[in-house]
Amino acid sequence: MTDRSANSGGDDTVPKIRIRGLHKSFGDKVVLDGLDLDIGARQSVVVIGGSGSGKSVLLKCILGLLTPEAGSIQVDGEEVVRMNSRELERVRRKFGMLFQNAALFDSLPVWENVAFGLIQGERMERGAAKKIAIEKLAAVGLGPEVGELSPAELSGGMRKRVGLARAIATEPEIIFFDEPTTGLDPIMGDVINDLIVKCVRQLGATALSITHDMASVRKIADRVSLLYDGKIIWHGPVGEIDSSGNPYVDQFIHGRAEGPIEMQVRAI
Amino acid sequence: MPILQPLGRTFLLFLEATGRIVLFTTTALSHCVRPPIYPRLIGRQMIEIGYYSLPVVGLTAIFTGMVLALQSYTGFARFSAESAIPNVVVVSITRELGPVLAGLMVAGRVGAAMAAEIGTMRVTEQIDALDTLATNPFKYLVAPRLIAGLTMLPILVLIADIIGVFGGYVVSGYKLGFNPATYLKNTLDFVEPQDVISGLVKAGVFGFLVTLMGCYHGYNSRGGAQGVGAATTNAVVSASILILCFNYFITEMFFAR
Ligand SMILES: Nc1ncnc2c1ncn2[C@@H]1O[C@H](COP(=O)(O)OP(=O)(O)OP(=O)(O)O)[C@@H](O)[C@H]1O
Ligand SMILES: [Mg+2]
Repeated sequence: MTDRSANSGGDDTVPKIRIRGLHKSFGDKVVLDGLDLDIGARQSVVVIGGSGSGKSVLLKCILGLLTPEAGSIQVDGEEVVRMNSRELERVRRKFGMLFQNAALFDSLPVWENVAFGLIQGERMERGAAKKIAIEKLAAVGLGPEVGELSPAELSGGMRKRVGLARAIATEPEIIFFDEPTTGLDPIMGDVINDLIVKCVRQLGATALSITHDMASVRKIADRVSLLYDGKIIWHGPVGEIDSSGNPYVDQFIHGRAEGPIEMQVRAI
Repeated sequence: MPILQPLGRTFLLFLEATGRIVLFTTTALSHCVRPPIYPRLIGRQMIEIGYYSLPVVGLTAIFTGMVLALQSYTGFARFSAESAIPNVVVVSITRELGPVLAGLMVAGRVGAAMAAEIGTMRVTEQIDALDTLATNPFKYLVAPRLIAGLTMLPILVLIADIIGVFGGYVVSGYKLGFNPATYLKNTLDFVEPQDVISGLVKAGVFGFLVTLMGCYHGYNSRGGAQGVGAATTNAVVSASILILCFNYFITEMFFAR
């Protein structure tokens, strides 16, 4: 893992995604406050950070689902902030996204959810798309019979895996995983981790993941970024998280309540 | 002046909402005519709006036609003008009651369901997911519904016209002692193409308004189940008011000369 980050983490190449000075707030609440982040091609970057720190908001800004107040986001050198909707649609074809709550289409059966990007985006014929959908479902540990169910009939962990299958179905260049292993049992969690690693290694995808699960971070990440107070306060190769010397990182990876990161809680 | 301030604010909010609806409408219309078009989805919406609204609209129409005949009989008998009943029934149904009542029924049935469905998709991030799968939600969700509303309501109203006249015919023939053949002949002699056409134009406009309000409020809903509930109510109320309002202006356009 460290050798991979060593050769792919160089700053000489143009980053796949380059974010500078990103600001996003909702009303008075500032969520992102001048965030900078570079994600190299074929790299797997994991963003960690407290609950409610703005990780999901960061992904939605990159995808153009939310419009930041200020800052620049470049994908392959193209500025996506305030891009018009037609251009944005073209850029979005590079992306796959697993939403934190899966966001499956209730009106479609599971297989059509997975095949959606193939049928609607790539205009693939339905039969062929279904075959690929069944393959992708198998890759996340779901049998073909699940494909005929409706999303409402699935458990939470199954929904998450269907969302994952949908995100990777079109084999996009860039894949975002918002908490891919949350709600899964440890064994299935590890299967999913392997799948993400495979997407990056074999398919050459660029991955940006969010997770709270440190075992998952160590497995899937080339580089790790810690989001705190609206900024990336630490960014480094995964091999260095134990020896970062950064008190915020130390507190986070060891899950300690005491430390520089203050949670907004009061004793009862 | 403490009275003027809230008044001004309300007025500004009204202008803002109007601007947003106009923007939404133009975006939606531009996606109705630009490819890709989804025939499958349009078909599904047509069945949903047209076919499944038939019982409701049919029942409304038949009872309206029946009560019209009965009411005009009790009224016209005072002037011995019972022979005008077929005319009153057919003109009221085709010009006004058919399109307006069908529009209101469909607003309650279809507009509410649309707002709830699209609203739920919004709050559960399904619309965001559509966007990330490079599918424009206006094209995928809004355009098929608008097209289906615009085309299916005239068909529904045409059927409602026939059923409504039939309701009047049944009551006149079997209760009020009319000669059925004369009743039908009077109806057909009296009704003019313009009566029916104005009703169908109204129906098209109402179908568009109902689906537009359903989509608009659903698409812009915020904040969980409560937001979806509010969107549903707003869709039905605004569609109903717009129907009554546009009904006046279309009537004026056709008949006030
Ligand atoms: N649509 C929205 N409207 C208003 N506030 C929002 C919206 N989306 C997110 N927020 C706020 O932005 C902040 C960051 O939210 P976000 O979902 O990014 O958190 P997160 O880091 O993903 O947390 P978690 O790990 O719990 O998923 C939260 O305080 C949330 O209240
Ligand atoms: Mg989140």
